[in-house]
Order: sequence, then C-alpha cells, then structure tokens
Amino acid sequence: MQPVTAATAARRRAALMRYALVAPAIVIIVGFMVLPLGLMLTYSFLEPGRYGGVVWSYSPEAYIRFFFERDLDDSLVFNLAYVRIFFRSFALAFVTTLVALLIGFPAALYIAMQSPRWRNFLIFLVTVPFWTNLLVRNYAWILILREQGLINEGLLAVGVIEAPIRMIYNNFGITVGLVYSFIPFMVLPIYASLERIDFRLVEAAYDLGANRWQALRRIILPLARPGIYAGCILVFIPCLGAYVTPALLGGGRNLMIGNLIQLQFGASQNWPFGAALAFVLMAIVLLSMLFYLWRFRGRGTGGLGVG
Amino acid sequence: MAKVVTIGRHAERLRRFPGVGVTTAFFFAYLYLPIVIVIALSFNENRIVTVWTGFTLDWYPQVLANTDLIRAARNSVIVAVTASLIATVAGVTAALGLRYFRPRPAEETGTTALIATPLLVPEIVTAVATLIFFVAVGFRLGLMTVIIAHTVFCIPFAYLPIRARLQGLDPALRDAAFDLYADEWRAFRRVTLPLLWPGILAGALLAFIVSLDNFVITFFVAGPGATTLPVYIFSMIRMGITPEVNVASALLLMVSLGIVTLSLLLLKRRA
Repeated sequence: MQPVTAATAARRRAALMRYALVAPAIVIIVGFMVLPLGLMLTYSFLEPGRYGGVVWSYSPEAYIRFFFERDLDDSLVFNLAYVRIFFRSFALAFVTTLVALLIGFPAALYIAMQSPRWRNFLIFLVTVPFWTNLLVRNYAWILILREQGLINEGLLAVGVIEAPIRMIYNNFGITVGLVYSFIPFMVLPIYASLERIDFRLVEAAYDLGANRWQALRRIILPLARPGIYAGCILVFIPCLGAYVTPALLGGGRNLMIGNLIQLQFGASQNWPFGAALAFVLMAIVLLSMLFYLWRFRGRGTGGLGVG
Repeated sequence: MAKVVTIGRHAERLRRFPGVGVTTAFFFAYLYLPIVIVIALSFNENRIVTVWTGFTLDWYPQVLANTDLIRAARNSVIVAVTASLIATVAGVTAALGLRYFRPRPAEETGTTALIATPLLVPEIVTAVATLIFFVAVGFRLGLMTVIIAHTVFCIPFAYLPIRARLQGLDPALRDAAFDLYADEWRAFRRVTLPLLWPGILAGALLAFIVSLDNFVITFFVAGPGATTLPVYIFSMIRMGITPEVNVASALLLMVSLGIVTLSLLLLKRRA
C-alpha cells in the first residue's frame, strides 16, 4: 500500500501547486471578464435609468426595442432602423472579407513560394502593423482619402479630376479601413496552410498535363481551403464588432453595430439596450466560431496526404 | 537540395500567375504606406497637413509642451507597465502550473481556453461588460479601473508566448536539477527561468504594447482624469486634423514599431 499512498500524496501535492499557480490568471479573468459578461446579460433585462445606469426591475424592453418602437399610445410599431444597422454591418463585414480574400490569397501564395529566409521576413512584415495602434492607422486613411487628402490633391494636381472625389464618410471609406485593419488575419492562416503544401503535388499535376490555372484550382485551392475558411472567420468577426473604423471613416450617419452600442452608453443613455446589443453581438460571434470549429476543424486537409 | 530545386522551378511557374506579384506588391504598399505617411507628414511644416511644403521638426517640441498630452502619455505608461507586469506574472505562473504539475489534458485545454477568452470576445462587448461591472460594484472610474481592464486582456498576450516557449524546453534539464538535489524553487530559479527568459520578455512586451495601444476598452472605462494617449488622440482627431495629431500619432507608431520588432526578434531566438 505504501507506494500507492506516496504516489497519491505526490499527485495531490502537484494538484495543489498547480491550482495555486494557475489561480491568479483564472481569478482575474473570471472576476473581471466572465462575471462582467454575466452581469451584462442581466442588465439587458432591466429598465434603463433616467441618466444612464439601470433601474433594478425586470423588463424585456431592450429586446423588443430592437424590432419595435413604442408609439405615443404605447402600441408597438415595427421599426427597422436597428435591424438595418445590423444588416449593414453584416454587409460591410462580408464585402471586407471578400476584398481581403481577393488581395490576401495571392499575397499569401507569393510569400509561401519564397525561400525560407525571405519568407520569414515577409511574414514578419505582415504581423508588425497588427501591433501598432489601430486608431492611428485608421486615422492615416483620413489623411489619404479626405477631400483635401493625398489622393484627391494628387489627382487634382495632375488634372485627372476637376473636383475632389468623395472617398470618406461613406461605405467606401469604411471598407478601405476595415480591409486595412484586418487583412493580416486573412494572409496569415492562408499562408500557414500553403506553407505545408508539398509542391511535388503541383509538379505531378503539371506532369499530368495540367496548366497553371488547373494546378491552382485543383491542387493549391483545395489544400489552402482550411486556411481560407479560418482567414474569412478571423476577418469577418472583428469587422462585425468594429468601432474605431466606422467612427473615424464613416462620419456620423454610417453606423455599425459597434457605434450603435457605444451610443447607448453615450448620447442615448440606454444601458439595457446597449447591453442587449452587445450580448447579441457576442452570441453571433461565439456561435459562428463554434460552427467553424464543428464544421471545418480536423478535416481541413481534404484527405490529401499533406505534410 | 533536390527538393529546393523543384520548389524553385515550380514556384517560378506559379509565381508567374497573372497578377500574383502585382497583388503582393499592392498588399505590402497598402499595409505600410499609411504608417509611412503619418510619420512623414509629422515632419511637414504646412498647417494644412496633407500639402507638403517642407521639412521641419518644429511640431515636435510644440506637442511635447502640451501638458494634457504629456499627462495622457504618462497615464498610458503607468497603465501599460502595471497591467503588463501583473499579466506577465500571472501568465508565467499559469504556464508553469499547467506544464510541470501534471494537469489532465482536458484541464490544460480548458484552462488555456479560459485564459484566451479576452481574445475571442469582441472588444466593444468587453468594454460594455467591464463598464457595467465597475458601475454595478461601485468602483469609481479612474486609472485603477483602466489598469484592471487592461490586465484582463493583457494576460493572454503574455501567457501564449510564454506557454509556447515553455513547451519547447527540454523537461530533462529540470529533472537533472532535481537529481542534483535542487528543490522546486531552485530548479525554477536556476534552470527554468533563465531558459524561459526570452519568452517572458517577449510576452511582457506584447502585453505592454497591446495595453499602450488599446483604445476601445479604455474609452469606456477611463473616468475623467484617466485619459490615455490613444483616447486623447481620438479626441484630438474629433476636433480637427492638425500637425499636432500627426506628431502624437507618429510618436505612438514609432514606439510600437520599436517594441514589437524587439519582441518578435526575442521570440525568434532559439533556446
């Protein structure tokens, strides 16, 4: 019995040490992240206070408000204003993802075909902007796109245009900013899946008489698919919750979900509605992530013996 | 050698796909031109910032004499140093606990997923939840609340590189220390810590930088007097595009670029 007891004691000691060591991180994250998220959900079912905050009595009003407006006589009238903002956020996120894919895929392909040293350097270049200030990088686009911006000044000086083109404070400006903000998230996973490709497969395709397009379509694209899906998810999701880009490049009227949420804690002072919107956004994001994991994880390489 | 040659040959043919090279060049220009432009225009003497009339350094002292901006920058540094330090310590201990003290695989995965939560939840949602929490429990919004909020999202940025580095260490080295009668603390102090150091430093720098750059969450939980540099720059942009905004932005960009380059180089260095 002696050795078993000793082993048990050792295991117990290890567990104790482990809990003690993991505790700080877990306590901070549960206490200041998980609990607040629960509280947010609770707040979404309360009544708004007059000057922000809440009144502690149950009310589903925040969720009703998403679709309906209360008329003067308290009857519900269908109101699509908020639904429209959600729809436009999805549309912008979708277009952004598409543009990021169209630019990001060729770039990832190009990088994957370089010599290892050069490849690592290029990937380093792709990651660096991610760590610089998002706000400032979006601000740069104001300098480039606005009416007295670099593009308009340049085109006017050359004489291509006579009046400045409007490229900012509209959907175009937001899309440029969103693609710019998140395109590294498209390139990196696609690159990761392309990097592992055994290029002898491409050689085999050529030997079997494939031309370049066929090699791309039949060999490269299927192998890159897991990276493409991951990239699309990684771009689409942060776009949905974007705040900075639409705030700077969208002007006052082109709201996205993020701005609508912020408004509830600023000018509108409707905290329960803001909490409800944030909760819905989080639910959409987490569900799409779960869907991705369930659907695509593990069967990514498509059965071709890669790696 | 042979493989390199075949890759080269096919890379050559693939690379000649119409548009691949051009798109890549466009991609990198798109990624870096805005950064270059902000930094370049901060040296423009013209008050109309996008019309270049000549090089000057005059705006820099002017911005550095702006006491509001300096106070915001100081707040940013205080927050980033504190939050990244706490996050790094929490990240190191968590990584050690999950590596050396026999967790079941499910516990390791579960804990890591929990630590990564702040990366999965959209920033605006975290901002809302944190604000609600502080108000509900009666914390006064100020530098303290900013530090707490930053510590939360700094933890995964510190933890993940440290964990990666730790998994790359040979466990036999630590076992050898035990065989030589080192206790737990000495084995950590003399063997694990020196080997883990680049990972710790990289994690701490990344945490520092995401804290320094954070805008959305800070915007929600910073009370009056706790304005950080990004929040201050945001309010400046709202007021108008001036050379001062360019200089403040350029400074922030250059600091980030320097630190991130350092951190990524550290991560590359092999044990």
